[in-house]
Amino acid sequence: MKILEKANKRVPFLGNEAIVRGALEAGVQFVSTYPGTPASEIGDTFFKLQRSKNKIKNLYFEYSTNEKVAMEAGIGASFSGLKAMVVMKDFGLNVCADALLPFCYTGTKGPTVIIVADDPSCHSSAQSEQNTRAFAQLAHIPILEPSDPQECKDYVKAAFKLSAKFKMPILLRTTTRVNHQTSFVDLGKIPAIKADGKFVKDVHRFNTMPPRVFSMHSEMLDRIKEIKKEAEKSELNLTSGKQVSSKIGIITSGVSYLYVKEALADLGMNLPLLKLGFFHPLPEKKIKNFIKPLKKVLIVEELEPFLEREVAILAKDANPRLQIMGKEIIPEIGELKPRIVLSAIAKLANKKIKALPSVDLEKVAVKRTPQLCPGCPYWLVFGGVKKATEGKNVVYGGDIGCYMLAGVPPHNIQDYLFCMGGSMGIAHGIKKATNNKQKLISFVGDSSFFHVGIPALINAVHNQSNPLIILLDNSTTAMTGHQPHPGIKIDSMPIIKPEDVVKACQVKHLKIIDPVNQGEFIKAVKDFLEKDTVSVIIARRPCLFANRVN
Amino acid sequence: MKNKKDFNIVIVGTGGQGSITLLQILARAASIDGNDVRTSELHGLSQRGGSVEVQMRFGKKIFSPMVAEGGADLILGLEAQECLKSLFYANSETVYLINKFFIPIFGKELLKEQAVLKELKKVTKNVFIVPASDICEEELGKKVVAGMYLLSLACVRGLIPIKPESVLQAIKDLVPEKYLDLNKKTFELALSKKNEEI
Repeated sequence: MKILEKANKRVPFLGNEAIVRGALEAGVQFVSTYPGTPASEIGDTFFKLQRSKNKIKNLYFEYSTNEKVAMEAGIGASFSGLKAMVVMKDFGLNVCADALLPFCYTGTKGPTVIIVADDPSCHSSAQSEQNTRAFAQLAHIPILEPSDPQECKDYVKAAFKLSAKFKMPILLRTTTRVNHQTSFVDLGKIPAIKADGKFVKDVHRFNTMPPRVFSMHSEMLDRIKEIKKEAEKSELNLTSGKQVSSKIGIITSGVSYLYVKEALADLGMNLPLLKLGFFHPLPEKKIKNFIKPLKKVLIVEELEPFLEREVAILAKDANPRLQIMGKEIIPEIGELKPRIVLSAIAKLANKKIKALPSVDLEKVAVKRTPQLCPGCPYWLVFGGVKKATEGKNVVYGGDIGCYMLAGVPPHNIQDYLFCMGGSMGIAHGIKKATNNKQKLISFVGDSSFFHVGIPALINAVHNQSNPLIILLDNSTTAMTGHQPHPGIKIDSMPIIKPEDVVKACQVKHLKIIDPVNQGEFIKAVKDFLEKDTVSVIIARRPCLFANRVN
Repeated sequence: MKNKKDFNIVIVGTGGQGSITLLQILARAASIDGNDVRTSELHGLSQRGGSVEVQMRFGKKIFSPMVAEGGADLILGLEAQECLKSLFYANSETVYLINKFFIPIFGKELLKEQAVLKELKKVTKNVFIVPASDICEEELGKKVVAGMYLLSLACVRGLIPIKPESVLQAIKDLVPEKYLDLNKKTFELALSKKNEEI
């Protein structure tokens, strides 16, 4: 197996594979995740490994029902003394924030690393172009930012060490171009691990009940101060280059660092460059020393100008006349690209770069939106819904999964799209706001239903609204790579059937229909749209690729 | 081949055409030849039949995993219309090697081959279109290896500075047993057409 290649070898790894390898080399004992691209292959690699004959003895892996329970499971493992890792995409961090914040107060027992993958340019995301760096301030959690697969592996190991030393969870923030970048990685040894978890009672440490929470707050801030000292001397924050007469320099981090290095090589320059592996806490002294001799500094970062603001604050003290260039020439929307960074550095250095052929891509390029796979059961669901609601004014609520393609031609039945499970929660609000009169169909997938959909269903039933919920059950988590969920058969694990949950939530109108039976499906949609209470149709037909897992 | 410090490849097509597999084979082959290699891929929703674009850079020392705007040496088009979007990466020296293969886009009129070529030729003269899908269907009974055919053709004709035997080795290393024979045959088919005019 590639992920288990021998130590001292140098092999090409995807960033996500390198994260797994780093965790294995660090001796991780407990891994939990909910799949989300661009982080999906991290969980998938563990899953395949632990179901193979080469499985790592005593390593526990699970696909959790959502990121919050994944985080809580990780916290439980940490409190029981294990090395834990929790993995998610950016939006998952919002789901588990409720558990994360107190975890930063209590701190860890077993070292704990949290992997969060952002997706600038939303290659695999709807809903928002989230910048997870903002959690540094909210949660007081240390954040490291690797730029390539080698650093993914090294930083995961460094994060486990930091967590062991300072008793804090450490967050590793990646972006799509790091997770899905392949390059060579030098491999180290994978140690054998023990299954020696034990929860030793320690109320003072694990119980946030006030007034203890206030002293925890203070202890957390002290820990951050200590980690800041570590950051000052850490080799994850790298200075390179030589002073030039124009006194210019560059500060960057993450994948942007690679674009900066490439641009400097192209321009034949070796400018002073500070590459920050720590985003939080920042090595303030190191930054001050770096900017002190400069006239102008360029901050190269994706999305919001978090670094730029921090540097501006530090410059007030260290170098008040410093000119700071950043978001005035580097876009805040979308991911950075090599040419954007090259142009910015050329501007900083007053250098000319070769013009490019001017092509109006907007005019020339064809736009091809993603499509449901040929043979996807959702064709039948959307087609049936359109027939059943023809000529009627129906609101269609979308949710996260392959079925958000309801929003593209030829379907065009998606009037809003928010977050996991959001279709039902928002449906309820619309229903109440319109006195249950406006007809509404809320789509939700099987994995999203288990994720955070169930409380929304309970809320709609209990507070008496009447959306028609179509639960698209394709028996897998299709969009992120066909991961299992609690509703499907996997090894000897118990199955929780969606219909049993729906029934237990006191839904009176429930039908389970294979959408191949279009007549029955269309009739049920028409009937259920007239009901006074919540109705649910489970449209059950497996994704063509559903049994890839087994 | 130009005397340059690095070589930049962009592969465009639609989800399901196997662009990531091609990228992995190329990366392996380039590394067998002793190059530093970086690739950038996209996973997830884009795989659902939408536009797909993956990239690879290799040479002595590579930093950026992404090809710069106007920085492609070679663009492999697994679907012809998708090549238009990739003009972002093209310059006057860029070589296009394109599969004469069109996948319709819902609700849009299919572009004609000449219309696509005309736009591409405004930027670079080095535009080559090959009926790779048809050739593979005819000779091997499988359209699906069209991408492998194009990639092999690019290597055996010297459009990519990677040794053809390294590509063959990479195919052996990475393609699952079940499909190995088909892919080796595809490579040999491309080799047999090394000197044919395109």
